[in-house]
Amino acid sequence: MLFHRLSRLGSRIVKQLPRERHLSVCGMRVLQRSYAQYLQSSSAVVLQRQPQQAFFSNNNHHRCTSFSTVSETEKINVIFVDKDGEEIHIKVPVGMNILEAAHENDIELEGACECSLACSTCHVIVMDTEYYNKLEEPTDEENDMLDLAFGLTETSRLGCQVIAKPELDGIRLAIPSATRNFAVDGFVPKPH
Amino acid sequence: MSSMFLARRLVTRCFSSRPPLHVCIVGSGPAGFYTADKLLKAHEGARIDIIDRLPTPFGLVRSGVAPDHPETKIAINQFSRVAQHNRCAFYGNVKLGSDLSLSELRDLYHVVVLAYGAESDKNLGIPGESLGGIYSAREFVWWYNGHPDYSSLKPDLKSSDTAVILGQGNVALDVARILLRPTTELASTDIATHALSALEESSIRKVYLVGRRGPVQAALTAKELREILGIKNLHIRIKETDLTVTPADEEEMKNSRARKRIYELLSKAAAGTSKGDCDQRELHFVFFRQPERFLESDESKGRVSGVNLEKTILESGGSGKQIAVGTGEFEDINCSMVLKAIGYKSVPIDGLPFDHKKGIVPNVRGRVVSGDISQTEPGLYVCGWLKRGPVGIIATNLYCAEETVGSISQDIEEEEEGVVGKSEKAGRKGLVQLLENKMVKKVDFSGWEKIDAKEKQMGIERNKPREKLVTWEDLLAASSADS
Repeated sequence: MLFHRLSRLGSRIVKQLPRERHLSVCGMRVLQRSYAQYLQSSSAVVLQRQPQQAFFSNNNHHRCTSFSTVSETEKINVIFVDKDGEEIHIKVPVGMNILEAAHENDIELEGACECSLACSTCHVIVMDTEYYNKLEEPTDEENDMLDLAFGLTETSRLGCQVIAKPELDGIRLAIPSATRNFAVDGFVPKPH
Repeated sequence: MSSMFLARRLVTRCFSSRPPLHVCIVGSGPAGFYTADKLLKAHEGARIDIIDRLPTPFGLVRSGVAPDHPETKIAINQFSRVAQHNRCAFYGNVKLGSDLSLSELRDLYHVVVLAYGAESDKNLGIPGESLGGIYSAREFVWWYNGHPDYSSLKPDLKSSDTAVILGQGNVALDVARILLRPTTELASTDIATHALSALEESSIRKVYLVGRRGPVQAALTAKELREILGIKNLHIRIKETDLTVTPADEEEMKNSRARKRIYELLSKAAAGTSKGDCDQRELHFVFFRQPERFLESDESKGRVSGVNLEKTILESGGSGKQIAVGTGEFEDINCSMVLKAIGYKSVPIDGLPFDHKKGIVPNVRGRVVSGDISQTEPGLYVCGWLKRGPVGIIATNLYCAEETVGSISQDIEEEEEGVVGKSEKAGRKGLVQLLENKMVKKVDFSGWEKIDAKEKQMGIERNKPREKLVTWEDLLAASSADS
C-alpha cells in the first residue's frame, strides 16, 4: 500500500511539472488542467499534502525572481473543514484560487463550470467573519451564483473567486454538507 | 486528524474485497452522473452502468441548457471523465420500459438508481389547451436544442408578431431570450440549424411573460434575468403599479436575498427607457395574471389567436407564502404562439411506485417506498427530478446525489449479509447479454464519442462549437461509423 502511494505521489509530481513552469513564466493563473486526478482521488491523501510544491520551489524561485515583487512560492495556510467536519490543513501559493488549491490537494470541492462563474458548486463558507471581511466584495456575477448556492450563509463565497493572498493566512473554509440537511423539496437558502 | 479518515478508508477497502457491487443508473443527466461519481468514490467495489434511452449522454445539459449558455455545459467535461472511469460504462439507446423492464434490471443489479428526470409537461387544464400554436416550453427547448424527438416540431413563428409565454421561471426566460435575441448572436452557438433558420425568418417581435404572482415571487434567477435585460434593442416593459410592494412582499424579500436582488433588477429595468428602433423588440413582464382560456382564431380554425387572462391578487397562503387568487376581472392578449413554461412532469414506468399528484417517485432520502412510507423497495433508489420534482439547477443534483448515495451506503453497511454480500448478480455481463438477446443496439461511450467528433467536425464548417445531429437515424449511424 505504501509503495502504491509513493508511486502515485511520483506520478503526481511529474504531472505538476509542465504546469508549474507555465505558471511561473506567465505570472498569471489560468485554470487549464485535467481533473482526472481529482476523480480518482479518494485513496491516497493521508500523507503530507503538498510535497510537489516544495519539490519545485527552487525551480520556481529561479525563474520568477525577475518578474514579480511577491514571490510565486510564497504560501499561506488554509484550513478546510470537510463535509464530515474534519480539518484538512494545506498550503496554498499566493495568487492561486481556492478551488484550484482544493483540487491540487485532493479535497472534495466540486467545480462543475471550471471557474467560468456559471455554477455554485465550489461554494465555501468562510468560518471567521474577520477573514471574510479581508476578501474583496463579490461581484454581481458571483452573487448571482451564490443566490443559488446550497446552504448559503452570510460569509459564503465561491471558491474559484477567492484568491490566496498573505492577509488570508490561516483562513478556515467549510465545505457545505448536504447529507445532514438536504431538503427533499429542494434547498431553502438561509436569510442573508 | 487522519485516524478517522484512515479507518473509513479501510472500511471502504473491505468492501472491495467482497464481490463487486453491481449498480445500474437509469438516465445520464446531471443526477445520473453525479450519482455515479459519488458511488465510484464511496465504493471501490462498485461497477456502474449508466443507461439512457437516447444515443447521447448528458440529459438536459445537452437538450435543456440553452445554446447560448456554453459555460453551463462545461459540466460535461466532468461527466465524461466519470463515464470513462474504468469501473463505469455508458449504454445509450437502451429504453427502460420497452427494451427492458424494471424487474429485469433489478434482477441483474444489486442497486438500481432511477434518474431519468421529467420528460413530460404539466397541464393547465383550461379550455383551448390543445389548439395549434400552443406548445410546452419543453417541446420548444428540445426543438431548438436538436433533441431527436422534437426536431420536426416546426413551431409557427410567422403568423403574427406576438408570442405569449406562460410562466416566469428560468425556462420561460430561456425561451423568451431565444425568441428575442438577434439571430446573428445565436448563429455561433450549438443551436440546431433547423431552429436557427426558423428563427431568422421569425416575425415575433413582442413577447409577453405572464405570471400569476408579482415581481417578488417570480421564480427566475438573477443571472438569467440580467442576461435578458441586456439584449440589444430590447425594450423592457413592466407596469409601474406592479412593482408596488406590500408588507408581505417586504417580508419575503427579507427572507431571501435572491428575491430581493431580482426585484431590484426588475425595478431598475422598469425605470430604464430606450429609443424606438426599426427592429425594436419588446419584452413585457405581465404580473398578477392567470390564464383562463385560450382563444381560437376565426380565420384559421383550430389555431390559437390569444389568451384570456384573469387578474389576480395575492393572499396569504400560510407559512409566509403568498398565493394568487382570481379577481373576476379579465383581459385578452392576442398572439399566434403560446409557450407553456409551467413545469415539467416525470413519466411513470411499469412496476414503479409513482405519486401522480406530485409527479415523482415516492421516496425517503432517495429510497423508493411503496404503499405506506415504511415499506422500502430493496435496492431501488431515485435521484434528481424524478425524486424531488422538476426544480433546481445542475448543482442541486450534487446534493441530491449525495443524499441518495448516502442512503445506499447506509443500507449496504446495515445489511451485512444482505443485498450486496450474499446474492450474486450478473451486472454488466447480464445486461449486455440481455440486450443482445433482445436485439437492442446499444450505443456505448465510444459510440457517443464518434457522434461527438462528427458534430464538432460539422460545427467547424459552420463556425459553431458543434452541429448537432438531430434525428435518430443520423445519431445511430454516426455512433456506429467506422472511425
